[in-house]
Amino acid sequence: MDIAESSIRPRDAVELSRASVAFGRGEAKVHALQPTDLRLAEGEFLALVGPSGCGKSTILKLASGLLRPSSGNVIVGGREVAARALRVGMAFQNPTLLPWLTIERNVMLPLKIVRPFRNEYRLKRKTEFRDRVHALLDDVGLSKFTNHYPWQLSGGMLQRANLCRALIHEPSLLLLDEPFGALDQFTREELWGTMQALWMKRRPTVMLVTHDLKEAGFLATRICVMSARPGRIIDDRPVEFPRPRTVEMTFMPDFVALNQRLRERIIDARSTQIAEVG
Amino acid sequence: MSYPLRRRLWAAALILGFFVLWEVLCLALQVSDLILPRPSQILATLFSRMDVLWPHILQTLWTTMIGFALGVIVGVVIGALIGTSRIAYDTAYPLLIGFSSIPKVAVVPVLVLWFGAGPLPAVLTALAMCFFPIVVNIATGLASTEPELEDVLKSLGASKMDLLLNVGLPRTMPFFFASLKIAATFAFVGTVLAETVASNKGIGNVMMSASSNFDVPLVFAGLFILAFLGVALYVVFSLIETRFVGWANRKSDFAST
Repeated sequence: MDIAESSIRPRDAVELSRASVAFGRGEAKVHALQPTDLRLAEGEFLALVGPSGCGKSTILKLASGLLRPSSGNVIVGGREVAARALRVGMAFQNPTLLPWLTIERNVMLPLKIVRPFRNEYRLKRKTEFRDRVHALLDDVGLSKFTNHYPWQLSGGMLQRANLCRALIHEPSLLLLDEPFGALDQFTREELWGTMQALWMKRRPTVMLVTHDLKEAGFLATRICVMSARPGRIIDDRPVEFPRPRTVEMTFMPDFVALNQRLRERIIDARSTQIAEVG
Repeated sequence: MSYPLRRRLWAAALILGFFVLWEVLCLALQVSDLILPRPSQILATLFSRMDVLWPHILQTLWTTMIGFALGVIVGVVIGALIGTSRIAYDTAYPLLIGFSSIPKVAVVPVLVLWFGAGPLPAVLTALAMCFFPIVVNIATGLASTEPELEDVLKSLGASKMDLLLNVGLPRTMPFFFASLKIAATFAFVGTVLAETVASNKGIGNVMMSASSNFDVPLVFAGLFILAFLGVALYVVFSLIETRFVGWANRKSDFAST
């Protein structure tokens, strides 16, 4: 690649080039992800959709540095990923808050671990860091629950706190693996609103893995559809509905049409897989 | 009357009723005190001989505490080792199982052979009795960390030490304190066991010599002391447990404390 081209392009937050993942070796080798190219500009909100087991979560793990590619490169924030160097935020379907800490302390946990915050943790945990946590919890409507313990909160509230924990250290990249998957319909829609507000206010780069096409259309600036295992990206399209989006908008013809197209692509991908297996 | 209070009253009534029944049956059936002395006789013996018994109680107690303390140290170290490393777990676990399944009474003669009769074999028997539940509980606690949480923290750049200090150890605390209650009573059993077999001091020894002198009330007085000390140890560690890991019980009144 010539230098001129790469210097003109705005800095990519995430760049996968020919990145592939395979587990095992020889006969038992399983390809989880085919060589994949994917670029994400700073501030983009990407949703990854596709049939189960297609390698969506594998892409997240690559971007987080938890998994090394078997071939190709993964560059996040301008450097090759190495688990220690990054400060990405992650949130999963299971909120995994620590039951012995209050919500405030749970959300503050990354500041205790990530450099450079950890060096100032003892000094600032009761002043600056505390205010920061409170401001963030206020954004998601949890300001009254800072001193509660996780078991005193509902599933939706726990997931809000979980999002806060993923964002408190202002990560260069936010990775969400079906964070709203276990919630009921109404709570989920509520959380979409919360997530959108957080993103509009703080503009992190986000990669969201989801099964819910409506969720993808509501939140993302761009949607990638993946094929069945071994996964690859078979569709990549921008989502240009105005913001802030509302749940009502998801019933408009344009939105429904987008859902339909995504759905067809995924059904295609699934039927190819079934044909291959059969 | 509230349920907790009622529950306590019932429990107390059962204990009291047990001793009353014992007393009444002994009187009614005219059981010889060479076979089964009455509770009143045992209590009388306990008080009249307290001055003689007291040094033995202290002996048993401190032997137990030293054995227990050493057992906690050994248990925590081994538990942390095999709880954090898969290889250490797979390698060491079979040996540990083998060691823990040896009846400790069979080890005492060996210890006496090495260290002579006295407090040292008792301390070591207490240690051997009590470290295993701690090992198992610490290892289980450490191994039960959610993989997602580990991913979240590793992606933040957390080191193994960060994970251990912030997640592994706090999560293990309820397991640890639960095992302390068991370990304390086990240590106690170990001490008395060693004292019975080979010692010239301690409650176990008192009971042994009383038994050979057919001083049956004194034997039972020894039993009473053991029961009391065992319960006391259990209560102490229960209180410590509630103080430190109340979060694990999810009582609604915990948040306000």
